[in-house]
Amino acid sequence: MKRSNKRGIAAPPPVLSALALSALALSATVALTLATPASAQSTDPIKIGVIAEAQAVAGASIPQAAQLAADEINAKGGVNGRKIEIVSYDDHSSAAEAVRAFQRAANEDHVNAVIASYISEVVLALEPWTGRLKTVMVTPGAASDVITQNIAKDYDNLKYTFHGYLTSTSLAEEVCSAAKDLLVKDLHMKSAVVMSEDAAWTTPLDAEYVKCLPQIGLKVLDHIRVSPDTTDFTPIYNKIEGEKPDVMITGISHVGVQPTVQWKQQEVPIPMLGISSQATNSSFWNDTNGAVEGVLYQGVSGPDVAVTPKTLPFVNAFKQKYGNFPSYCGYTAYDEVYYIADAIKRAGSTDPDKLVDALEKTDYVGTIGRVQFKGKDSPNPHALKVGPDTITGLMLQWQDGKQVNLWPANVANGKLKFPKFIKVGSAD
Amino acid sequence: MLFWQILIDGFAISSLYALGATGFALIFGVSGVLNLSHGALMVAAVVAAWAAGNDLHVGPYLGAAIGVVVGLGASLLTYFLIVRPLQSSRKIREEEKEIFILTATLLWGIMIQELIAYFYTNNAKTVAPIVQGVVSLAGVRTPSNEIFTAVVCWLVIAVLWLLVNRTRAGKAVLAASMNPRGVTLLGIELSQVYIAVWAIYGVLVGIAGVLLGMFLGVSSYSVGPLTASAFSIVVLGGLGSVSGALIAAYVVGYLETLTAYLISPAYRTIPALLLLVAVMYVRPRGLLGRR
Repeated sequence: MKRSNKRGIAAPPPVLSALALSALALSATVALTLATPASAQSTDPIKIGVIAEAQAVAGASIPQAAQLAADEINAKGGVNGRKIEIVSYDDHSSAAEAVRAFQRAANEDHVNAVIASYISEVVLALEPWTGRLKTVMVTPGAASDVITQNIAKDYDNLKYTFHGYLTSTSLAEEVCSAAKDLLVKDLHMKSAVVMSEDAAWTTPLDAEYVKCLPQIGLKVLDHIRVSPDTTDFTPIYNKIEGEKPDVMITGISHVGVQPTVQWKQQEVPIPMLGISSQATNSSFWNDTNGAVEGVLYQGVSGPDVAVTPKTLPFVNAFKQKYGNFPSYCGYTAYDEVYYIADAIKRAGSTDPDKLVDALEKTDYVGTIGRVQFKGKDSPNPHALKVGPDTITGLMLQWQDGKQVNLWPANVANGKLKFPKFIKVGSAD
Repeated sequence: MLFWQILIDGFAISSLYALGATGFALIFGVSGVLNLSHGALMVAAVVAAWAAGNDLHVGPYLGAAIGVVVGLGASLLTYFLIVRPLQSSRKIREEEKEIFILTATLLWGIMIQELIAYFYTNNAKTVAPIVQGVVSLAGVRTPSNEIFTAVVCWLVIAVLWLLVNRTRAGKAVLAASMNPRGVTLLGIELSQVYIAVWAIYGVLVGIAGVLLGMFLGVSSYSVGPLTASAFSIVVLGGLGSVSGALIAAYVVGYLETLTAYLISPAYRTIPALLLLVAVMYVRPRGLLGRR
């Protein structure tokens, strides 16, 4: 029903009465055909399009987790008697392919909502299309603040976009909160070097790092942006080591295996803490042959951490179905299917504008915490609310092949532990 | 300190480039084939060694051996499936064959890259290193694996030199690279020489790949850059000249390392490419080129 937009139909020229008559007949037919799906709507499936990077470890979890949520909802009778159908598209990590998939999802497959991508550049490319095609989109993994800043600038057009993962600024704030407890209070660290990959999501991340690290007592000695094409990190580590920081605060997602393996191989004596998206994947231990030992990374969930009562049942069901643990955007994609379904139920319709209204009122306890979106008047409309009442995130560390949660203390299941080559406090 | 750091790091990376480019130069010298699936074959060897370690749980030695065997297999497959049918085709005119083979190997490389991304994701992979730990060389903390890489590269290049200069089969290969028609007149089957060269190339690609996997790691995205780097080293050294490729590998390796340390790692590959352009203007046949 949401595709009632008739831009394509030109007004018939008033020529012959016969023509006018046939036009009348035609419009009657159109009205009839339009009416048919309306009456059938109650049993038609609700379609959710999933556009993801199926060839990347992180992205592969998105369609899998969405399918799992859909299966669970359908097993319990669906939404108002309607089943949920997941339609998947692989964007091969390309914005152009993602836009084509989005157009196809909206125009040909007539999906009711889209869950899309963990790459900020891809989501930013899709964002204008959510308004043009009036199709709701929720991203399970992109981080750039610009996504929601755009909504603030052009709410009426871009209100169909929802940011289902933390913004870069929120991520940096969480890293600072964790670093304050783990590094400053416990280990008396005083200085840091920020090392981030050069990408859309790290621009606001780094800006917040540079702001919040001094506030918690870590002096920022340098701020290094690494090209995502870098294969040899030796010169970068060499430079950082020369500056003698107590810790490296990271912002890496597109790169991961190579900086981690080379950090271990060169025995760089400085610990790493921050965002290392690939380290959230359970396969990262094998991908790095164990070099990730000791790396601290921010996460929204961990394999054995019961953030909410829904976390572990989801992890176990995912593992049972797919044989591996979900990536960070698996958790969010799973929750997104649930709260989109919930919003459709509350809206009593799949009409995009009604769906937006219902999604804005989301108050849903998912696998990573309590999901609520910031309002229209916020500088970041449709960004997730963060804090102790909603989502706090975690700080985990790889230890002996396992992802151990260290922060916050109430859900911690281990203690900080570094490999031998790390020299804590050597710069004092 | 920085001087020694650059010297040591540059040596390791250059040795790896030298090994990677040697096989590429050899193939071109003997059969006139520019194999644009070069990077894909290297990545295939790395992913095989990685998968053997992670899925089959074999040790690092067996894992490395499996990687080399896959490199050899992939090379022979490339020859028999892609190159030979085009070389012996009667439907393609002789002067057009080079461009056909160029395109075919490029597409073959893309196919391998996509298959790897499909089955093993496009995330980077590293091979479990055979030697671990670090040693201090002139005050520079150097991973033992980096020294191991350089030593193995030079051992393999030395063995290759002995093979080409001291054995009958090797001399046939050398002769074929100088004058293919002359070799056939001596009663040596040219196709046998080709198979031998592709086999040698496969082993070199496998070893270079596995060492690269241990040293820096690769992903399916590395396919293009690896082919491009071998290609520019070989062009710089002079197409078909193995010793030219060796020298060029060190020029490129050190130029990159210097740039990464003294300017920025982000501009690493740019000066070498500028040098390549300059060589094209001033001395199009490369440093030691014959053709």
